[in-house]
Amino acid sequence: MTTATVSRWDRFRESFFWYSFKRDKVAIASFIVLLSMVLSAIFAPLLAPTDPYDLAQINIMNSELPPVGMNGADEAFPLGTDAQGRDMLSTILYGTRVSLMIGFGAVLLQAVLGILFGLLAGYLGGKVDSVLMRIADVQLSFSTLMVAIIVGAVFKASFGNLMFGEIAIYMLIFIIGVAEWPQIARTVRASVLAEKKKEYVDAAKVMGFGTGRIMFRHILPNTLSPIFVIATVQIANAIISEAALSFLGLGMPETQPSLGSLIKSGFDYIQSGSWWITLIPGLVLVVLVLVINLLGDWLRDVMNPRLYKG
Amino acid sequence: MLAFLVQRVSQALLVMFVISVIAFAIQDGLGDPLQEMVGMSVSEEEREAIREELGLNDSMVVQYLRFAGNALQGDLGNSYFFSKPTLEVIAEHLPATLELVIGASLIIIFLSVPIGVYAAIRPQAWLSKFFMGVSTVGISIPVFLTAIVLIQLFSIGVTVTLFPADTGWGQWLNDALSTDGGMPSYGRGDDLTHLFGTWESNFFTAGGLSHLILPSVSLASIMLPLFIRLIRAEMMEVLQSDYIRYARAKGLSAGRVNFLHALKNTMLPVITVGGVQIGIMVAYTILTETVFQWPGVGLMFLEAITRSDIPLIVAYLMVVGLIFVVTNTIVDLIYGLVNPTVKLTGKKA
Repeated sequence: MTTATVSRWDRFRESFFWYSFKRDKVAIASFIVLLSMVLSAIFAPLLAPTDPYDLAQINIMNSELPPVGMNGADEAFPLGTDAQGRDMLSTILYGTRVSLMIGFGAVLLQAVLGILFGLLAGYLGGKVDSVLMRIADVQLSFSTLMVAIIVGAVFKASFGNLMFGEIAIYMLIFIIGVAEWPQIARTVRASVLAEKKKEYVDAAKVMGFGTGRIMFRHILPNTLSPIFVIATVQIANAIISEAALSFLGLGMPETQPSLGSLIKSGFDYIQSGSWWITLIPGLVLVVLVLVINLLGDWLRDVMNPRLYKG
Repeated sequence: MLAFLVQRVSQALLVMFVISVIAFAIQDGLGDPLQEMVGMSVSEEEREAIREELGLNDSMVVQYLRFAGNALQGDLGNSYFFSKPTLEVIAEHLPATLELVIGASLIIIFLSVPIGVYAAIRPQAWLSKFFMGVSTVGISIPVFLTAIVLIQLFSIGVTVTLFPADTGWGQWLNDALSTDGGMPSYGRGDDLTHLFGTWESNFFTAGGLSHLILPSVSLASIMLPLFIRLIRAEMMEVLQSDYIRYARAKGLSAGRVNFLHALKNTMLPVITVGGVQIGIMVAYTILTETVFQWPGVGLMFLEAITRSDIPLIVAYLMVVGLIFVVTNTIVDLIYGLVNPTVKLTGKKA
């Protein structure tokens, strides 16, 4: 068992993937930034100086303190405090956690739906294909954000504010996942169409394997690299969509903020000069999305050199 | 061509039908019209009588047909909040949104074409690399954040005192990084010109334009990087083609080759993508209008959600759905006209 893992590690170290990663400074830098953000989000309960969900630790007298380095700052709050007196550093750590959870969750749901429908449409063709792809076309022409806003609005109106707030995280994963599945489905369908003409599929058919087995065991593994590329970019999109929904008040409640709802709650105080409440979480959001996009660009170049358009 | 036309139009009608079913389902599923009309004191028999009178006891199909019939005649019910026909409310708010979209489109067209073409002609120039880098970062910034930063910089103003003020260069840096602010960031202002009907325009007075600048720049910022990249990629592909090489070999000037021959074929795909993107911009107007309190349909929609004004939500869905379907169909038809090789079976070319 151990020899197998060692040889796999060696194979990885000799691969083109690792080789091009080592030579790309942007990719390395993006990866390090992303990794440290993900780790600090995962370990937020250990790293954060205070627990922003714990009302007992919040003192309203500390509200709207500026970050260290400005007049009136308090050493205990390195990035200042928000309008409710919560430590900005802690809320941002917890907020990144919520944003990342929704980003990954939504992309997981998208991938499940997209792979399933993409495989069915591409492999079965005919009526199944035209119905599924027509739905995808219509959804894409409406823009995924619009679909997400409408679904979010309807959910919020039917569940009511309080109920929606409690299950917001699952709602957002569902809304964004359902709104954006066509992106992945289209990519999968395109690769399936190319794959199913190849000889190994014919061979599998001749051997009498079932349709399901051919789709999932034979074709799917060969379509994974484009899925991987698009899923990376989709995580960035999902995080932006979540922030947009939260900013509109259709997302995470202020008691359990994501980066988007932090920006929203800070925006209400921007005219009073407390720029840090909105701009620091904003900066964190931009850096997070930017490094994921840069990694996605790099992955596309490595895995799909032919698709590269510059 | 006729087959293509019929097929596209019937597809558009089918999509509109689906949208109307969804809108009807929302109207039916959310809230009870009776609750809005009568209070707690009305007895159960009276409720039942009103229910019967309003046709709420009819089957779903009959109710949907009534809804669709009314919609076709331009009747989508009355808004609970404004107490007047929803379409009238939307007509009052639509010009503001359209002007925002027009403003943003102008910015996009006048910036993306020169930058994209320049980056394609001189891919190695540092200015091209700078523009491409900025557009990568630009894609990663959500539109509402751009808007907030613009408000902070140009409306509230920034005073920088990071550098030592007693030295000349420190003072100079502080002044260079500080901004005055003072740009309007709230609503459309008072200097509106009445055009016709419910259309009041921001475009004809200095005061009106100053209100329009920040919102349209924010809205443009989300699409601009996309268009720069698209124009650059298309132009680079065209520059590789045989007829361009032939034109160069013939000794035509670089300007003539680039701007007359190459640009023409670059713009074709850009225009079709652009048509679809302008429809998508409607979604982003919701965000921009919320930040700037711009009194357009996007802000109206969000307020309708917080007020649970269901007829207005449904009417907005129908109108926006119609706008999307009409723009997409027109774009498809234009594409079919200018590019006869597009497959007539309706598959994406």
